[in-house]
Amino acid sequence: MRLASTRVADARKYTLGRVFDDVDKARHYAASIKQYVLDNLAPLLTQFEDNCRANGITVHWASTAEEARKIILQLCRENSDPGATIVKGKSMATEEIHLNPTLVEAGFDVVETDLGEFVVQIDGDTPSHIVAPIIHKSRIQVAQSFQREKLGPYSEVPETLAMQAREHLRTKFQQASIGISGVNFGIAESGRIVIVENEGNNRLSTTTPKVHIALMGIEKILPRESDLPLFLRLLAGSATGQKLTVYTHLIHGPRCPEEIDGPDQIHLVMLDNGRTRVLNGPYREILRCIRCGACLNSCPVYRHSSGHAYGHVYSGPVGAVLAPAMEGVEAMGELAKASTLCGSCEEVCPVAIPIPAMLLRLRNEATAAGSTNSGIPWQVVASLAKNDRLWRAALILLPLATKLPSPWSKVRSNPERVGRDFRRWFRGRP
Amino acid sequence: MLTCLCDAFFGEVGIATVKVLEHAGCKVEFDERQTCCGQPPFNSGDWESARKMAAHAIEVLDGEHPIVTPSGSCAAMFREGYHMVGGLEMKTKVYELCEFLHQVVKVKEWPTMPSPRRVGFHRSCHGRMLGTGDTQERILSLVGNLTVVLIGDSDQCCGFGGAFSISHSATSRHIGLSKIDQLVKSGISEVVSGDMGCLMHLDGLAKKEGIPLKFTHIAEVLASAL
Repeated sequence: MRLASTRVADARKYTLGRVFDDVDKARHYAASIKQYVLDNLAPLLTQFEDNCRANGITVHWASTAEEARKIILQLCRENSDPGATIVKGKSMATEEIHLNPTLVEAGFDVVETDLGEFVVQIDGDTPSHIVAPIIHKSRIQVAQSFQREKLGPYSEVPETLAMQAREHLRTKFQQASIGISGVNFGIAESGRIVIVENEGNNRLSTTTPKVHIALMGIEKILPRESDLPLFLRLLAGSATGQKLTVYTHLIHGPRCPEEIDGPDQIHLVMLDNGRTRVLNGPYREILRCIRCGACLNSCPVYRHSSGHAYGHVYSGPVGAVLAPAMEGVEAMGELAKASTLCGSCEEVCPVAIPIPAMLLRLRNEATAAGSTNSGIPWQVVASLAKNDRLWRAALILLPLATKLPSPWSKVRSNPERVGRDFRRWFRGRP
Repeated sequence: MLTCLCDAFFGEVGIATVKVLEHAGCKVEFDERQTCCGQPPFNSGDWESARKMAAHAIEVLDGEHPIVTPSGSCAAMFREGYHMVGGLEMKTKVYELCEFLHQVVKVKEWPTMPSPRRVGFHRSCHGRMLGTGDTQERILSLVGNLTVVLIGDSDQCCGFGGAFSISHSATSRHIGLSKIDQLVKSGISEVVSGDMGCLMHLDGLAKKEGIPLKFTHIAEVLASAL
């Protein structure tokens, strides 16, 4: 897993360096566009909704995960027979609202069609990365899962495994009466929704069934069509090191009478689920995030722990901010401590989100709320630090204190006082 | 600014810093009332305590002369952290040692080591984030008889992270051991860096694992050529 994320991080650097003359300039320009979106979100959402409606897309608003689940379940019931097949493209928003269990409980045959998400589903697992959901699994583990599910003769060859999944999923696409997807960008001036992918499963999910339901976080707006070239390249480059993803879908509306395929209905569910709360708080810049996963790939903590360790749908540095910002520091504040604050997340972020500063602020908020504690009496240290004599007395005792068992000494040898004492040396100089 | 780590454990680094600055033609003053910049509580999430310590440091250190400290992370605290904890500000600029030598003194040459020495260089994250780029490497490149070996994944964090080293000590250890692995692979026996936090963490890990690597602060390397 560490190797995989390192490879993607290297590919990112290489590709972005070739695509843009000045990567940092591109990142900061993209950041300013997304910041404009956040600062003008209400009017942009109105414009987007009006244009979507004009294009024939039905827009729904969900303020919570539960509301979103209800709306989608209702749409599925109205537009299909009981037990019908629903095909899904990869979507973190649907993970966020825990959509699948609701649909499965209602008796639907829900099928994840992204290869990684498909493996997650048959294994009863959860994605450990927002772009590469099975980055924690090996080829052999996938082979064993496919054998268990009787998808074909045992093989460890990636191409063979992909063909087995393809064959299985092809039937599902043909059967499905509903397709569910996420959304990468919603363009305010045109009312178009944009989805990027590499496998073509999203194209099938959004065009084969009669009904397409798209779930989109309210922050995923871009103001203009002309913003798209920058964001498509930044997203692909940052996420996978590609110049562009294999497929880019610009969905304008349902099938026109003269078109041979496409859904008869498109329903767009706009998800808030805590985003307005984040927008009105001190962590609003985190909503600039375009879910590329670059901060996960570059993060030493993510690389050495995996996404599951974060205990939230959104893992890595972005998750460590987003989870407590959306759900409150009382529940998720501990996550802000899962960072060395090395700054690599901010350096690779395509929309320049100041993640380390946000993590620091969250630590302070969580400590003040009493939901986390560093275990060190800083108040005492601060009183000592205001008086250099007391401070010196404490410093003499410090090497003794470090002899006590601690989380530090569990994994490391303790530091020893070496050489001369600086203060005495400086004082004794001629 | 001596830094609390050098005050408590690594006095020699402070001594070397003074010698280096004096060699560069500076007059060094040290105010005995200084203690800690407040970064540890800032990093741990107790900004109220950090603010108190910051206010003390400003009271004691702020004035006419630039402040130099042998630590990228303390310099970053003065320059960015103070503003975050509550709009505090040092009027005078605080520099990391090599940044000061490069940008202010504009050091163009440095004496030669008495005997050839081969070291690996670990660029601390705070050194990187200060926007000082490769000033530490540049200063090291001026030292005759000193070979600085390139280390794999040089931009990767060592896993120290201040409060993180205690709150997530197991992960901190894993990250540190991959760094040590890269250091060992590069065939060096001595590692140089500009932050005692990184060095103390890596040294503690290496000692615990029985890996014979020596960790030296950049000020001591520069001073040993004098």
